Amino acid sequence: MIEMFDVWKTYANGTNALKGVSVKIDKGEFVYVVGPSGAGKSTFIKLMYREEKPTKGQIFLGGFNISKIKERQIPIVRRSIGVVFQDFKLLPTLTVYENVAFAMEVIETPTKLIKPRVMDVLGLVKLKHKAKMLPNELSGGEQQRVALARALVNNPGIIIADEPTGNLDPDTSWEIMKLFDEINNNGTTVVMATHNREIVNSMRRRVIAIEGGEIVRDELRGEYGYED
Amino acid sequence: MKIRTLGRHVREGAKNLGRNGWMTFASVSAVSITLLILGVFLILALNVNHIAQTVEKQVEIRVFLDVLADKTIATQVQDQIEANPKVDTVTFISKEEGLEQLKKRFGQNAKLLEGLEDDNPLPDTLVVKAKVPSETASIAKEVKGLEHVEDVSYGEGTVEKLFTATAAIRNVGIIFIVGLAFTAMFLIANTIRLTIMARRREIEIMKLVGATNWFIRWPFFVEGLLMGSIGALIPIVILTGGYYYLVDKVNTSMTVVFFSLLPMNPLSYQVALILISIGAFIGIWGSMISVRRFLRV
Repeated sequence: MIEMFDVWKTYANGTNALKGVSVKIDKGEFVYVVGPSGAGKSTFIKLMYREEKPTKGQIFLGGFNISKIKERQIPIVRRSIGVVFQDFKLLPTLTVYENVAFAMEVIETPTKLIKPRVMDVLGLVKLKHKAKMLPNELSGGEQQRVALARALVNNPGIIIADEPTGNLDPDTSWEIMKLFDEINNNGTTVVMATHNREIVNSMRRRVIAIEGGEIVRDELRGEYGYED
Repeated sequence: MKIRTLGRHVREGAKNLGRNGWMTFASVSAVSITLLILGVFLILALNVNHIAQTVEKQVEIRVFLDVLADKTIATQVQDQIEANPKVDTVTFISKEEGLEQLKKRFGQNAKLLEGLEDDNPLPDTLVVKAKVPSETASIAKEVKGLEHVEDVSYGEGTVEKLFTATAAIRNVGIIFIVGLAFTAMFLIANTIRLTIMARRREIEIMKLVGATNWFIRWPFFVEGLLMGSIGALIPIVILTGGYYYLVDKVNTSMTVVFFSLLPMNPLSYQVALILISIGAFIGIWGSMISVRRFLRV
């Protein structure tokens, strides 16, 4: 599903964020990416949805060599990926329903298919009853569920999450994690950068640890392994 | 692009104007105010040009034939002058007609001229008008060399000064208008850029979920077009109304003035067309430039 071969990333300011990372993530896997702040986790994640381009090396994702693709092919790749962020990135002027429908509209889905699919996904994240509310009328956990619904609505094969529970309290974090687990059980690959030790340790999934721009640990049923 | 998608872009662009109400207001105001100023100067410049033209058209060359010239010779000379490609019209004024005109000009004192009919001292005259007024001097020179031409007169010296003045007025007008148009463009584009900056999150999300760049651009295109056109409509209404009033005042009640303003009919349409084109152009241009910066992710 996702494969990286000797990937390097040097930013314009000279920072070496990644130094020769190679990794293979199979379809249907659930992978935690852990490591101290500034170790390269975010870069690793950003390379996957082609927010950043590698300085060196190759990245394959769902049949595309995304280190080589042209600018105008990026949208095609993005449609096979759902992305979730720590700060939700919802549009404040749109309702819950509109925020989710937006993701379908912009890839030109026929209108009549949009409503049933949006209501389906809102059902999955248990927010059907709040469809007409605006994001600022919701709690943090609810907002993250809307963001997750938006990431899922186009049926991507992969969900990429950058600290999705970073802004949430422990109880809410667990709710969100259960949703990710459910999504993964339905066959969607999940790659998640996180600082949440408790969750990583109790879920016992594959853990990739990045330190100083290199993969220092890759365990199939791993632990968080840091004391922060 | 599918028709349905086009419809979506137009709807979305129009909706965004309302959603970002204050930003729309700021952009539309910027367009309106700058185009109003531009419009005022445009109308002013066009009228100054018109007046300059009116004055220039009054310039003519008077060709005085010598005493030996009879009607046949006069016709010959007239033909010769008319053969000059720079010449527009040549009118013959016989010495009798010349005297009549003179009498008219004297008005009540015309009695002073009595008795001159028998021994008319005036020469036969040809009145020459140039196609391009600024060619007057060179035509006069050529005409003066012709046989049977005693003298020519076209207000030498004064005419040259007049042409220098009207040329200067035109150039200043053009520089002013162009300068103002550029200022307007940058001012408006800047305001629109601010309104789009406020919406980079929207663009970011569209990119993340896989919208193509053109899909993102189109609503902004529509928005820019609408903002520019609405912004142009306001000054058009004000200027047309104001000019209508002004023309009414100047052209009817102040008939003593030696010039008249350009008529309402072609001018208001021309100015409206210019303003709406500029408005639409900078609206689109401003929003396209601004979106482009955020599309480079």
